[in-house]
Amino acid sequence: MGSYITFPELLILLPLFAGFIVFFTKGEKNPKAIALISSLAVLGVSIASLFYADNTKYLTYNNANYIWLKYLGASYYVGLDGMGRMLTGLTAVSFPLIFIATYKNKFKSTATFYGLMLLSQAGLMGVFCAFDALTFYFFWELALIPVYFLCSIWGGERRIQSTFKFFVYTFVGSLLMLVGIIYVYLHTDARVFEDGTVATHSFSLASFYHVMLSAGEQQWLFVLFFVAFAIKMPIFPFHTWQPDVYDQSPTPVTMVMSGIMVKMGLFGVIRWLIPVLPLAVQQYKSIVIILSIIGVIYASCIAMVQDNVKRLVAYSSIAHIGLMCAAIFAMNQISVQGVMLQMFNHGINIIGLWIVIELIERQTGIKNISEMGGLAQKAPTLTILLVIVALANIALPLTNAFPGEFMMLTGLYKAKIWYAVAASVGVILSAVYTLNMIQKIFYGNTNTVTSMVKDISWNERLALIMIVCLIFFIGVYPQPIIDLTKASATYLLTSFK
Amino acid sequence: MNAIILSAIWGVVMMLGGVFIKNKLVPKYLAVTGLVVIFVAHLNELISKKSLFSINVHNMIRIDNFNLTFIAIVLACTLIYFLLSASDIEKVGPHVSEYFALIFFVLCGISLAATFNTLLLLFIGIEIISIPLYILTGSDKRNLKSNEAALKYFLMGAFSTGIMLMGIAFIYGGTPNASFFIDNLQLGLGKMPVMIAIGLVFLLISLSFKVSAAPFHFWTPDVYDGAPTVFTSFMSTIVKVGGFFAFIRLFQNAFGLIHDQWQLLIVFITIATLLIGNITAVFQQSVKRMLAYSSIAQAGFMLLALFALNDKAKEGILLYAAAYSLATIGFFAILIKMEDYTIDGFNGLAKEQPMVAFAATVFLLSLTGVPLTAGFQSKFFMLMAAVENGKQFWIVIVAVLFAAISAYYYFRIIQAMYFKEATNVIFQSNKPSGFFKLILLMTMFLIIIIGIYPEIIIGWMYR
Repeated sequence: MGSYITFPELLILLPLFAGFIVFFTKGEKNPKAIALISSLAVLGVSIASLFYADNTKYLTYNNANYIWLKYLGASYYVGLDGMGRMLTGLTAVSFPLIFIATYKNKFKSTATFYGLMLLSQAGLMGVFCAFDALTFYFFWELALIPVYFLCSIWGGERRIQSTFKFFVYTFVGSLLMLVGIIYVYLHTDARVFEDGTVATHSFSLASFYHVMLSAGEQQWLFVLFFVAFAIKMPIFPFHTWQPDVYDQSPTPVTMVMSGIMVKMGLFGVIRWLIPVLPLAVQQYKSIVIILSIIGVIYASCIAMVQDNVKRLVAYSSIAHIGLMCAAIFAMNQISVQGVMLQMFNHGINIIGLWIVIELIERQTGIKNISEMGGLAQKAPTLTILLVIVALANIALPLTNAFPGEFMMLTGLYKAKIWYAVAASVGVILSAVYTLNMIQKIFYGNTNTVTSMVKDISWNERLALIMIVCLIFFIGVYPQPIIDLTKASATYLLTSFK
Repeated sequence: MNAIILSAIWGVVMMLGGVFIKNKLVPKYLAVTGLVVIFVAHLNELISKKSLFSINVHNMIRIDNFNLTFIAIVLACTLIYFLLSASDIEKVGPHVSEYFALIFFVLCGISLAATFNTLLLLFIGIEIISIPLYILTGSDKRNLKSNEAALKYFLMGAFSTGIMLMGIAFIYGGTPNASFFIDNLQLGLGKMPVMIAIGLVFLLISLSFKVSAAPFHFWTPDVYDGAPTVFTSFMSTIVKVGGFFAFIRLFQNAFGLIHDQWQLLIVFITIATLLIGNITAVFQQSVKRMLAYSSIAQAGFMLLALFALNDKAKEGILLYAAAYSLATIGFFAILIKMEDYTIDGFNGLAKEQPMVAFAATVFLLSLTGVPLTAGFQSKFFMLMAAVENGKQFWIVIVAVLFAAISAYYYFRIIQAMYFKEATNVIFQSNKPSGFFKLILLMTMFLIIIIGIYPEIIIGWMYR
């Protein structure tokens, strides 16, 4: 590779270095400012990378490949393809939004907080850029560690237990995946590096795609990989860590986890599972779809009876992710592209929801829907913005989630009619609980607590308005994202056949 | 060769020095200087392949890149151990230079046990390791627990030595040409002769005892708990990996051809060790005792090398020796200075000593096996070796699940340090000095460097 720095490297290194710098800053203003500036710079890089999306022409700007462990055949190989560009884009958009929305929040030891946030951003970027299994595994774990500390230090009362539960779940999953990676690795062909070194096996993505494994081997390897991804997403029945963690984490971290980290699981399935183990996918796909759809309906039902608004959003997120997972395994062009589009949308929408919930909780100190009411009189701007975000959560036409869910349901319909029917039940239920939530929070009479609420301040307004703009823009014109991820989806399906 | 002879000489020097030097501070500097000299001499041998001494050993010692690298790791870890904890060795009792002398003898024993080519030298090496340790365990003379630990260790150790000798005798009798040379056993692929089989099992038992593999681990918690903490640190790390190295070299060189016939035994020992070490560690309140059980648990992972017995396993054991020793020595060095050895004693460490707490976190993450630390690479290579072996695949899954359980007890300390408020005074008389923190930081960086680039160690094997 050349002597210049490439896009994926910039996306990883910028937040990494900014994170380290932030650790050594003092006071409260500086860490926030540096974190915001760095996240905006990352957004800039991410947008710039879109103009170099033509891989045939600009390959050198989009790939960086260094020999890492010669004897093992591992390299530090990061690159950007369509899906990677979309997900790094989501990460790059989310962090400034999160920083802006929580700009006025106070965290004890601010420098450490923002340092860890930036490190987790670097880890996430790495996951989405990695083209080498070992690099991928490293980043996969590295995204987890800062989040563990963020939740455990700044979270709610029961933070230590719930975060540790989360850590153990994901740690078990990733260790199983590590065993799977090792097994596949030991069956790859030799790797010849550019400097002539030959390793007996290879960790590169390409060689993982070319590996020949029997159907029997693929079957249990599928389980090893899928458990790791299913825990991360999470889909039923691996989801039990999630509501506790979302409830107990500090809101910016919840935003990172629900907006971006859950996409790691979906991303892992698309990039590291389906093309590597196609035979097993063929065999297990109906089981996975059924599990996911059970999860959709189950999580929606629980969301309907939740009183704690944070847990409600957590279960709603489980339902949405379940639908995406089902759509991936429906395995046709429209459903996979719908998933890609919806991954982006879900990230944006859920961050919007968290901004509002955090605002209400901060002002009133209550999380339970039954104790709220009448906020619309006190905070009209907030109400309008939230209703738009909530409608996007239900996937009303004109909002961004509509094209995504439409494509996914079409894909499921193509696979089997009753998949789509069952999944639509989940969509309908989502309308029930979301509207119920809005009604109870914003309408009705104010009580002693809610009558004190003030309308949103400039920074939250800014963040929410940007989110709303994105919601409408993508809702009306989703084509750019669809075009961006088209090649990835097509490749996935050809590799599958 | 350099390491064997020089460390023996320096041990004697230290011991005689103890008679003439009355100042308590001098032995520390003498010991560090001596170790640096030995380390440099050894590196010279590793690079140039030439020893300072030309002695005809009649093929009783075999020196190759593998064991030279291992000795280099042992010496480097001991050096770090001295730099971190030498001032605490001074506090154990009045005979400071003797403690150092005994440690040098142990190093000599480890070097012998790492290079032996006959069963006799294996026996001598293991004994040279063990006898100084009995003394070191009981060095806190006025402490009853220390006395009890020393006696227990001595009796159990003597017993296992007896079994080892018997095993050696059986093998000597069982080989057609009655030889002690391990590569001379001429074992075919067919059925093992009965004498050899008995000898093999006896050797397996005695060496399992030395590395505290279950079900021969019962001495470990009491001895590690009773011994002065500085020496527990040394025993549970450098000595243990030394024992492992001898274990692996013996079984690879002597019984490698009939690996299939004893592999199942190792499977049982590995699973039992992982199970007992991890599950019991979960319930400990004293950190020192918890580390004793965690050392059993880590031994379970190291046994995977014996299970796999391929090139990856050799690389893995080198990495494991370095990663496990560095992290445990570093963590023990912090523990020694603390007032309260229970987990609550760590409460609020991050507020009072952020740097020490950060280093301790890295050590614990390394012991857990989180990427970017040496501990991950060592576990990774072990798992790779076991998968490559191709048989009994389920053992890998079991090992991985136990690694996840180990996160529980290591993270309890992290939780105490970061998420809880201090209840008592953490360091009373023994505040970490600037120098101590510097060495701690260096150890931490070493762990991270190995974690990112393990070829810094395994590269030596292929020079």
